[in-house]
Amino acid sequence: MNSIKCECGHVNPEGTVLCEACGKPIEGNQHIDGNDKKKLLNMRYEGSARRSNTYNKTIIDKIWNFFSSVKIAVWLIVIALIASSIGTIFPLEQYIPADAVSRDPSVFYEATYGLAGKIFYQLGFHQLYSSWWYLLLIASIGVSLVICSIDRFVPLYRALKRQKAKRHESFLSRLRFYSETESVQEEEIKQVKEQLAKQRYNVKEEDGHIVAEKGRFSRWGPYVNHIGLIIILIAAMLRLSPIFFFEEYVWVREGELRVIPGTDNEYFIENKQFILDTYDADDERFKDALQKEGRVVPSNFQTNAIIYRAIESEVVGAEQELEKVDEFEIRMNEPAKFGGYTLYQQGYQLNEFSEMTFKLYEMNDPDTEPLGEFTVDLFDPDLEYELDNGFKVEIAEFYPDYTISEEGVRSKTNSSNNPAFVFKLYPPNSEDAEISFVGDVIGTAEQMGIDPEVVDLSPMGQVIGTFTPSIDPTGGENNYRILIDSIDFDRKSGLNVKRDYTLPIFIIGAIIFMAGVLQGMYWQHRRIWIHPKNNGILLAAHTNKNWFGLKKDIEKAIEGTSINIVNDQKED
Amino acid sequence: MQSLIQTSSTMLFTAFIIYLVATLFFGFTIKDKLTDKRNSKLAGKIAITLTIIGFIAHLIYFVTRWLASGHAPVSNMFEFVTFLGMCLVLAFIIIWFIYKFNLLGLFALPIAMLFIAYASMFPTEVAPLVPSLKSHWLYIHVTTVAVGSGILFISFVAGLIYLLRNVDQTERNKRSISLEVVMYLIFLLIGFIVASTAFGAMDYHASFEYTNNDKVQTTDYTLPPIAAPHNGTLLTEDVMKPWFESPSWMRGADAGRKFNSVIWSFIVGTILYGIVRLILRKRVAAAIQPLLQHVKPDLLDEINYRSVAIGFPVYTLGGLIFAAIWAQEAWGRFWGWDPKEVWALITWFFYAAYLHLRLSRGWHGERSAWLAVIGFGIILFNLIVVNLVLAGLHSYA
Repeated sequence: MNSIKCECGHVNPEGTVLCEACGKPIEGNQHIDGNDKKKLLNMRYEGSARRSNTYNKTIIDKIWNFFSSVKIAVWLIVIALIASSIGTIFPLEQYIPADAVSRDPSVFYEATYGLAGKIFYQLGFHQLYSSWWYLLLIASIGVSLVICSIDRFVPLYRALKRQKAKRHESFLSRLRFYSETESVQEEEIKQVKEQLAKQRYNVKEEDGHIVAEKGRFSRWGPYVNHIGLIIILIAAMLRLSPIFFFEEYVWVREGELRVIPGTDNEYFIENKQFILDTYDADDERFKDALQKEGRVVPSNFQTNAIIYRAIESEVVGAEQELEKVDEFEIRMNEPAKFGGYTLYQQGYQLNEFSEMTFKLYEMNDPDTEPLGEFTVDLFDPDLEYELDNGFKVEIAEFYPDYTISEEGVRSKTNSSNNPAFVFKLYPPNSEDAEISFVGDVIGTAEQMGIDPEVVDLSPMGQVIGTFTPSIDPTGGENNYRILIDSIDFDRKSGLNVKRDYTLPIFIIGAIIFMAGVLQGMYWQHRRIWIHPKNNGILLAAHTNKNWFGLKKDIEKAIEGTSINIVNDQKED
Repeated sequence: MQSLIQTSSTMLFTAFIIYLVATLFFGFTIKDKLTDKRNSKLAGKIAITLTIIGFIAHLIYFVTRWLASGHAPVSNMFEFVTFLGMCLVLAFIIIWFIYKFNLLGLFALPIAMLFIAYASMFPTEVAPLVPSLKSHWLYIHVTTVAVGSGILFISFVAGLIYLLRNVDQTERNKRSISLEVVMYLIFLLIGFIVASTAFGAMDYHASFEYTNNDKVQTTDYTLPPIAAPHNGTLLTEDVMKPWFESPSWMRGADAGRKFNSVIWSFIVGTILYGIVRLILRKRVAAAIQPLLQHVKPDLLDEINYRSVAIGFPVYTLGGLIFAAIWAQEAWGRFWGWDPKEVWALITWFFYAAYLHLRLSRGWHGERSAWLAVIGFGIILFNLIVVNLVLAGLHSYA
């Protein structure tokens, strides 16, 4: 390395712009910080030797220089900003609403948003934030963070550590705040020193040369906050591994005991009760808003659950024994935590159909006794039901989650949320079947003004059943009709299961980041130099921000002395 | 209970009026050099005192409404936007005591008043909290975000004054036109408030029935329907027939009504702007410029930067860190790429870029001022467009 010896005796590394000790501009290097064209010195990094400004030969130098540029960093940020905004034009894949035309992205975007939607989907923007190019962009920001910080921190640290109280005149006179005073008494300088110390400046003296400094630690703020950000990015990377993070979803019916998925059959959950509370429409505080809303507003979702843990049985093949871990009331914003896992109240369903009983009547005579009845287990429907008196019912079509739209009749999901059937009814000893459509209890309830999302249908099941359509979809005239007689409902609670070991890393990263930002933003690094010359002094000062504050400090320090206040030599 | 709510809304109105009077007094300080300096100083003192009194009234609104509803009034669009206005005033008061700069009040207070007026266009009833909002993090997250935004708004105010003072109005170029567009946008917001208030006073209503996601819904227009919902039928009789239908790609609940409000804002705002232009016979910005000649641009730049330096960490804490902690408690995922979250990140990216640009020469002064104006636009975009159009988990209204 070609080091440079300054006239003050200090040996500076290659590429130094201002001597680390005395600040004297080093000949031949002034173009690096643009000092050759200006009167004022560029003090951003104390004129220290930054690798990126010194070497530019090998490929490593080139890469280093590319990522160490603040200009490139800002461009990366701006590109990330624009890219992120694109992903909000239409909902992401995971936010396609449940009641959308289709939850298949290849259908949804085009059907809902037309050509723009199609382009959005084809460019992969429905999963933009996990696309390779977005991740690459974020990774480049990460690389830029590291290289920018190292490139500046190391030489800056050196320069600030080696700075001397005695500075070169050509350095002081080219600072933004500078003044000369012809004659100054010894006493006055002493007074200034005391004043500065009172203002919590750290005053150092060296053969009559004085430097008063405070808030140097704020110079490290940017590097500290960059460390915080890097830790956050590392945590985000770790989160991609299933060791650190996994997520599952489980539905548990009331009274049901289930293994919690993802726990290797270790933990079990029993749903004792699911509670849905709603606001009272007559509540004095909220009645106006509730009236305007026009629907029931829930106030609480809650699963009362018991968590069990499986104990390894000592006898091989014996039945697993369960040991109670704890009881929880799991609510929104109040998850259950046990053994490193967390359970979140996520969804619920009040009216899941489990069993429906139908009765058969003669068409024109509803008052008569039913001709027969049959019960369908919705979790396991049979193909055929033989009735007592020789009738036979065949299930021709079964829609567990019936809906009708422009595209016709279909089942939205495979869960029995709103069952509907097309039955073939064979009268005794007959080969010809009558066709009946029966079902859509939820649609009927909604038409009656009941909101099945928040109202238990179970007490009204039978009543609604009698209003539910039972028609011949082919338009023919039937001799018999099939009516819903009773419905058994389940209430189930949807819980999110998570285990996330990256959380503490994120929290540490966030704390370090905030500490760094505060350190860099809320404090300033202020330095005031007094340089004796003949009978008088040169007074100069520098700060990285808040020049008004620095000036006030100086005014206070020199009050009552003959020392001239510094001039602001700022150009442009 | 009702009397508390009554007190609360009276206090909000009082605050609004006091801010108006305080603005006038800040206006009196403007002729610093021409008239007696002592008068101007006195006017400034009266103005800041009034601002503080107005802020206290605003605070009483907040506290009484909290007492009445049992939760911090930051849970819907009306409450949140009102609170943002309050934070803007708070930030202004703090900055005033640092720099004793009166002119800032002349611009900051009217913007705070626009916030209050805009908030009042949304339903003002005290609404109950849905389970997902029932958490202490609601108060912590929302208030920190609002305080951070309020401080960042001050950078916009300083930036705007800087531009009004420094952009050369003798020439018709990109800069003077862009600045005039900013002025025009402010007129559009005023247009929205004027139209809503006028038809609100007449108690105007028109209902439509339309289909959204295979469901038949009704929507209530409080402004005469120029644009009907897509495939909507008018239910109310004796009201203006809509001129045309909203395009089919505007989907979602009430899309037609929102589109109609936007059209009205444009019509009324443009008329107001046109009248002002006719009276002034020059650009609005050019008319304001002579009033600002004695202001030091350096001070404006300093305030602009200072507010970002103070506001950015507060915004980061509230809008990203507290937000993530709450999302973790409520949904088990601290980050979900919900549009509101993404736009908070975009805001953060933007101000991070601003702070990095300040490191390079040539980005102080006017360029910083433009950045502050754009930053304000991004925050407002997140507040208005994301809430009302790109509905996600945060859609309030």
